Amino acid sequence: MPIEKFIKTVSRAVPIPIEEIDTDQIIPARFLKATDKIGFGNNLFRDWRYDATNKPIATFPLNNPKYSGTILVGGKNFGCGSSREHAAWAIADYGFKVVVSSFFADIFKNNVLNNGVLPVQISDAFLAEIFAQIEKDPNTEFEVDLQKQTITIMATGKSESFDINAYKKDCLLNGYDDIDYLISKLPEIEAFEKRV
Amino acid sequence: MGKTLFDKIWDSHVVSEIPDGPSILYIDRQFIHEVTSPQAFTGLENRGRSVFRPAQITATADHNIPTMDQHLPIKEQLSAFQVQKLKDNCARHGITYYGLGDEFNGIVHVIGPELGYTQPGMTIVCGDSHTSTHGAFGAVAFGVGTSEVEMVFASQCIMQPKPKRMRITINGDLGKGVTSKDLILYVLSKLTASGATGYFIEYAGTAITNMSMEARMTVCNMSIELGARGGLIAPDEKTFAYVKGRKYAPQGADFDVALEKWKQLYSDADAKFDKEFTFDANDIVPMITYGTNPGLGMKISDSIPSLDSIDSASKETFKKALDYMGFVPEQSLLGKEIDWVFVGSCTNGRIEDFRLLAQVLKGRKKAPHVNTYIVPGSYLVAQQIKEEGIDKILADAGVELRQPGCSSCLAMNEDKVPPGKYCVATSNRNFEGRQGPGARTILASPLTAAAAIVTGKITDPREFL
Ligand code: SF4
Repeated sequence: MPIEKFIKTVSRAVPIPIEEIDTDQIIPARFLKATDKIGFGNNLFRDWRYDATNKPIATFPLNNPKYSGTILVGGKNFGCGSSREHAAWAIADYGFKVVVSSFFADIFKNNVLNNGVLPVQISDAFLAEIFAQIEKDPNTEFEVDLQKQTITIMATGKSESFDINAYKKDCLLNGYDDIDYLISKLPEIEAFEKRV
Repeated sequence: MGKTLFDKIWDSHVVSEIPDGPSILYIDRQFIHEVTSPQAFTGLENRGRSVFRPAQITATADHNIPTMDQHLPIKEQLSAFQVQKLKDNCARHGITYYGLGDEFNGIVHVIGPELGYTQPGMTIVCGDSHTSTHGAFGAVAFGVGTSEVEMVFASQCIMQPKPKRMRITINGDLGKGVTSKDLILYVLSKLTASGATGYFIEYAGTAITNMSMEARMTVCNMSIELGARGGLIAPDEKTFAYVKGRKYAPQGADFDVALEKWKQLYSDADAKFDKEFTFDANDIVPMITYGTNPGLGMKISDSIPSLDSIDSASKETFKKALDYMGFVPEQSLLGKEIDWVFVGSCTNGRIEDFRLLAQVLKGRKKAPHVNTYIVPGSYLVAQQIKEEGIDKILADAGVELRQPGCSSCLAMNEDKVPPGKYCVATSNRNFEGRQGPGARTILASPLTAAAAIVTGKITDPREFL
């Protein structure tokens, strides 16, 4: 079952300049009762997006018409806490293709990658620059090029490169999926079981 | 050069390595529960496959279940459906399942060790970040996402980049009234909630080796709150004694064979760690958190840091956290009135934790305004609570004992703390809304929780010992 390919995206970005955004905020536990993967986007950042009476909170970036795009930018240690992949499903279902931060929690990083969403980890300084640029002009576009492993602020031409291991890059560029890969390795896995 | 304990276990489970990519890592045991497994079963079946090694998978219902009237059908429809789905999936794929009311049911990270599934030298995963708990036995254990749960279903392997190694050494003895929970909250307050991201931790030093297995589990449990992939402790005589005789542990001659192997599980003297930290146990006192991540903690008698002491990039986050909690910089929390107390979870829901609770509650009464969720980690723990008469002590104190489950740790069920209310909790996360929308969580040890039950305030538990 292939995942969606990711090669390059050019888009505006939605900023959430908060650090330590945990997966309980991305998708609160009460929405984890579903047994399929669809529709989580509606509840992405539920308790930051809506008040107790379900009214949208106007100041939250996802509700602010000023901001749009397929790139989500968050403060450092994005995705910490619970391992719930529902957080990655919510982000993908909402329509984000890229998450940018200066630091990602490990499990979250794996989870988004397994759902065809690219985590782009950049320096604290460049992250601050991106936040400042969006603040100045929310229409600013950013280019994320997986092939070249770069993220560029189109308005200024300023660019930074990001890391991704060659295997995962290959998977995303081609839409390969880890599970199919592992299934293709079953003979090797069975041989390993006999060996130990 | 010598190898670390983590390297010894990891390397012996690598099926193959992809150049500049992850390893194919063989998993000895996978635990599953109702919340993070259904989509993995569906995914597997959509591929037309069945579970590759069902005997190496164990299931329990814990996250999304009521902690009262477990003999009745689950009232909440979505929850009932999710639990039924796990039962059906396990039946279809030949996986052992401990359902509600089963004598071995309980929180996944409590029952694994109890039943002897968790053993030194193993690789263990579960779709729950606190899988790191099992590291207390000298196992490489960590949380995974649902895609990875499906990988293990399909192949008993996952694809993982190898983390770096960190050692945290705590020397000296913990003082009276200072528990392993305080120790890990102390480490968190020093290293922050992202201090160990990208690392696998080994805990060492006399403060660790002197601990019981239960206390070690509390420490390893919260490794994930440091951002670490997991945390482990070299197995020793205490570990072997704990495992011996348990239901699914190796028996008889098999145990002796296993024991010989387990005795090799330590970091070599000349092994290199990528990062090392050393702390002095004498500096640790009862700890509480004041913010909305577990790294925002302090000594119970300290004051919340001033705004000036926070670096500029983190100021907004710090202010947001205090705002949510209804606290201000430089505030002292001793004597602060609280509304709820939660004792339970995979962090502090074991028998030792209930003994600590009883130690304070014995002969005392619950403060009238305090509400409680007192929740054993498993049916075996609940049974032991009865055998030791702890249930009587709780009843005399005016405190109700509930049935096992994750309960108010993540509040997926009805065990929620109302908006704006303060809850002293022995669980592991004080995130916004973790115990229910608007709930304000203060993490602490079972002793500090017990003291709060009695006084209705944030109280240094050493007053009661
Ligand atoms: S008690 Fe809390 S942390 Fe532990 S398994 Fe349950 S939900 Fe996860």
